[in-house]
Amino acid sequence: MLAEKYAERIQKIFSKYPDKRSAVMPLLYVAQEEFGWVSPEAIEEVAVLCEIDPTQVKSIAGFYTMYSEKPKGKYWLQVCTDFPCALRGADQFHQALLDHLGIEEGGTTEDGLFTVEHVMCLAACDKAPMLQCNFHYVENLDMDKMKALLDQWRADAKDSAAD
Amino acid sequence: MAYILLRDLDIPDIGKLDVYTTNGGWEGFKKAVTQHTPEEVINIVIDSNLRGRGGAGFSAGRKWSFIPKNEPVKYVVVNADESEPGTFKDRQIMEKNPYQLIEGAMICAYAIQATAVYIYCRGEFWDLAHNLEACIAEAREQNLIGQNILGGNWSCDMFVHLGAGAYICGEESALLNSLQGFLGQPRVRPPFPAQKGGGLYYEPTVVNNVETLANVPWILVNGAAEYKKIGTPESPGPKIFSVSGHVARPGNYEVPLGTTFRELLFDKAGGTGTNKAFKALLPSGASGPVIPVTEQMLDTPMTYEALGKLGSTLGSASFILMDESTDMVWAAYKMIKFFKHESCGKCTPCREGTHWLAKLMEHVIHGEATMLDLEKLENVAKQMNGKSLCALNDFAINPILATLKHFRSEYVAYIKTPAPAAKPKQPAPVKKQLEEVAEPAGD
Repeated sequence: MLAEKYAERIQKIFSKYPDKRSAVMPLLYVAQEEFGWVSPEAIEEVAVLCEIDPTQVKSIAGFYTMYSEKPKGKYWLQVCTDFPCALRGADQFHQALLDHLGIEEGGTTEDGLFTVEHVMCLAACDKAPMLQCNFHYVENLDMDKMKALLDQWRADAKDSAAD
Repeated sequence: MAYILLRDLDIPDIGKLDVYTTNGGWEGFKKAVTQHTPEEVINIVIDSNLRGRGGAGFSAGRKWSFIPKNEPVKYVVVNADESEPGTFKDRQIMEKNPYQLIEGAMICAYAIQATAVYIYCRGEFWDLAHNLEACIAEAREQNLIGQNILGGNWSCDMFVHLGAGAYICGEESALLNSLQGFLGQPRVRPPFPAQKGGGLYYEPTVVNNVETLANVPWILVNGAAEYKKIGTPESPGPKIFSVSGHVARPGNYEVPLGTTFRELLFDKAGGTGTNKAFKALLPSGASGPVIPVTEQMLDTPMTYEALGKLGSTLGSASFILMDESTDMVWAAYKMIKFFKHESCGKCTPCREGTHWLAKLMEHVIHGEATMLDLEKLENVAKQMNGKSLCALNDFAINPILATLKHFRSEYVAYIKTPAPAAKPKQPAPVKKQLEEVAEPAGD
């Protein structure tokens, strides 16, 4: 249960707002961090915490693209293919990444490590091609750099599994 | 000249509180709180003619002056939901020079005697938002934010709120809904955010863009008269231009408003960097109409007014450059797909219109369209205009209408199907249709 595990953090979130309902977005992030996605159980719990209907929480989770309503790979790669990035080869980069990993757009690799999605502008147009990996910026990419990063993330995943 | 906004280019460590403070940081805020009444601060900002840098270009000081004085609860909301394609200026301010935004927001808060400030950051600004929270905590420790600020009677706290990936939340009323835990969809106005009933938690609220507020400390320290010496009389001050696309040196450039296109695009951004010439410019991201790059246009000073005369807008000054190899139909297709994805779905003309425009553009791109479809594109776009609660709908038609206007031949080149021989049948007169419906069914 989020309420027990993150009691202090949740209390801090609520203290920021005069209305409990405002905590729905930050709490969905807490849930996503805990489970890797926003599960139906997580939605129920956030609804109880915010004292609103689960349907309303679900509509919020569905409206915003950064909440995932299904499990993603350990590394969620969001490649910007919006217009300014596309002028600098982002579409080709996105396709090359999919081909390299052997997946379709929106798919996850069989080992469960990588999910690749194309997304709209990420405010990094001067550093295209770029992506966000679990919401952290990775910029000025090409496929050589990308392959090295994928190798590094694979090794990191192995290390963390061994711990 | 030293930078006013992108001060990290002069002082790389300006993101640290002690470095910021020793380099004149918080002087504007301290001056405001200890030497001026809130009304005086508003008047200084009105006098500076600082115009909102989020896109609309409205007078920041006048916006502050709309806040009723006698309401007990008032808010400042910083619009840090920077999501316009091609815009990445607020990100640099918040990443590299966060205290200047925090100080500017606190000056605004003092001017309207706000009870709290919320910084609404787009969700993808995850790392910088957490850093902002740490910066706010440090400023709170120094009594610059929080209870009885600088030993006075006024108290005001500041919080960061993360969005979660919705372009529409850059629209101020959608942003307020999002902050309150609702879907990020625009509100009916009036009441406007500054009015009771229209703002955050329905209290009077100033919503300002990051760059707008980052101008304010300098204005307080140096005065409105000095500020107006930068730029032009109608568009004073420095402005950050985010330059992207087909340029040699993409990035943020801070120059006075009124600088010519040529200086920015060639002297600063280095031209296309290839042997190709510039073809077109989107001066305000995907939202404003595209304009062809011409010799005459290059010598125009970049101001809010001049961009209007060129048939576009300055907006947030996100300059997307296209060289002569760019397929303008593809460009329009990319942009309409963006707006279709980002339409919040509340108003029918926008939700349906962006969907059908994207469909029609798909036909064009795949060589399945006829000349009639080009008319249809224009028709649908024009029918959408002005028919929704917020401007997303009106922005969405710009990529289509402006490319059709300036680059129609490129659309025509996509048409493979010969035009239908005869004009389509006119629909039967309404009266006749009604008669047909009214006829009793046989059998």
